[in-house]
Amino acid sequence: MATASVAMNAATEILMPGSEGEAIAAFGDGADVVVVGGGTIVVPEMTYRRLRPTRALMLGRAGLEGISRDGSRTTIGATTPVQALTELAAPLGPCASNIADLEIRAQATVGGNICAGAGNEAPRGDLQGAFLALGATVRSAGGGDVAEEALEEFLPKRRERLMLDVSFDEPSAGAFAALDRPHTHDYTALAVSGVRAADGTIRLAATGAGGWGTRLPSAEAAASDPEAAGQAALADVTPHDDAIASAWYRTKVLPVLVRRVLTELKESA
Amino acid sequence: MNLTVNGVAHEVESSPLTPLLDVLREELGITGPKAGCHQGGCGACTVLVDGEPRRSCLMPVGYVDSGAITTVEGLGPPEDLSPIQQAFIHHYAAQCGFCTSGMLLAGQAYIDRGGTDDDGAIQSALGGHVCRCTGYSKIVDAVAAAARGDSFDLTETAVGKHTTMATGGAE
Repeated sequence: MATASVAMNAATEILMPGSEGEAIAAFGDGADVVVVGGGTIVVPEMTYRRLRPTRALMLGRAGLEGISRDGSRTTIGATTPVQALTELAAPLGPCASNIADLEIRAQATVGGNICAGAGNEAPRGDLQGAFLALGATVRSAGGGDVAEEALEEFLPKRRERLMLDVSFDEPSAGAFAALDRPHTHDYTALAVSGVRAADGTIRLAATGAGGWGTRLPSAEAAASDPEAAGQAALADVTPHDDAIASAWYRTKVLPVLVRRVLTELKESA
Repeated sequence: MNLTVNGVAHEVESSPLTPLLDVLREELGITGPKAGCHQGGCGACTVLVDGEPRRSCLMPVGYVDSGAITTVEGLGPPEDLSPIQQAFIHHYAAQCGFCTSGMLLAGQAYIDRGGTDDDGAIQSALGGHVCRCTGYSKIVDAVAAAARGDSFDLTETAVGKHTTMATGGAE
């Protein structure tokens, strides 16, 4: 298997840009380009021959890594390792800490996590919920233009554009709650992120409740009553079955997580 | 590309997207890192990249060009085992041995970061490593002992917190 994968890789054109500008140029319109952040998703896909890229854009040395702050605005580069987020305030810090294990977090990138396609049997995009709750915007490139838009708008096209960074305003409070796990899993089975924005607005989002990260507008509307908001959240999601949790179980746990997040936000008021 | 593995410099010809694990095992013939699941789920392939533990099956070799790699072979040769290797013997922390090289390197990195003998912290540091023999208690005991700086009598097997019967060693 290993020898074959070496031969297979040899047929792949490798692009390794040394700057953001070079990365944007190399990505072009994205046709036939497989973007490699840390490699934790793409490399095993190639090993098991589910993916045979004609061109691979390796971003590791494109200078897209780092966390910067400008006033109350935080910007996180696409190739920043997930581990670098674990020290940040909730919901991002605990959300990042909940992903996989130390070794994976140190290699996996924020951009790869946000932009991952659907897994074979697993949802991906552990961080999407936290960034949705933060009201984050994504700067991305494609077809020669660079645009910044809300994460909600970016997510449906995340496979067609090259993510450069993600930004958000520091909230006045944040909270995160996840389905407990006895050991490391490949992905977040179910989690809820919540934020009270500087203007007092409550934003809630779930990860692992069907598809990619999902805002919970019905729960947000009922946010003053955490118990009611938990039940209301079920109207915003389409839970799925997978190897870790059934859809039924997710519908039982989601209201609990929403309630915990809202209670924590209330207590931090 | 160039790799320094256990202090020895190598020229590497594989494509930059080739997993480091395949380069080590197939191109360089260094077989300490094991190909368990080959998709990041088991930790048997973990090596140190510039001192940091990484799953070599997930790491494109192009990202570690000019880097220094440590495999289990670099921890200590059989005639001069490192403390953590001695701890694994003394605490009977290897059964089939397939996960052992990854466990040793993750444990060594944990100790190098200043890790203590706290069970919870060790479990977190080894959280991505699977032992299908389920010998976790003794593995955690061994890492804790090495973190404490214990010295090890390799002619005896330790009586651990979870030992229920004498297992080998000199009477």
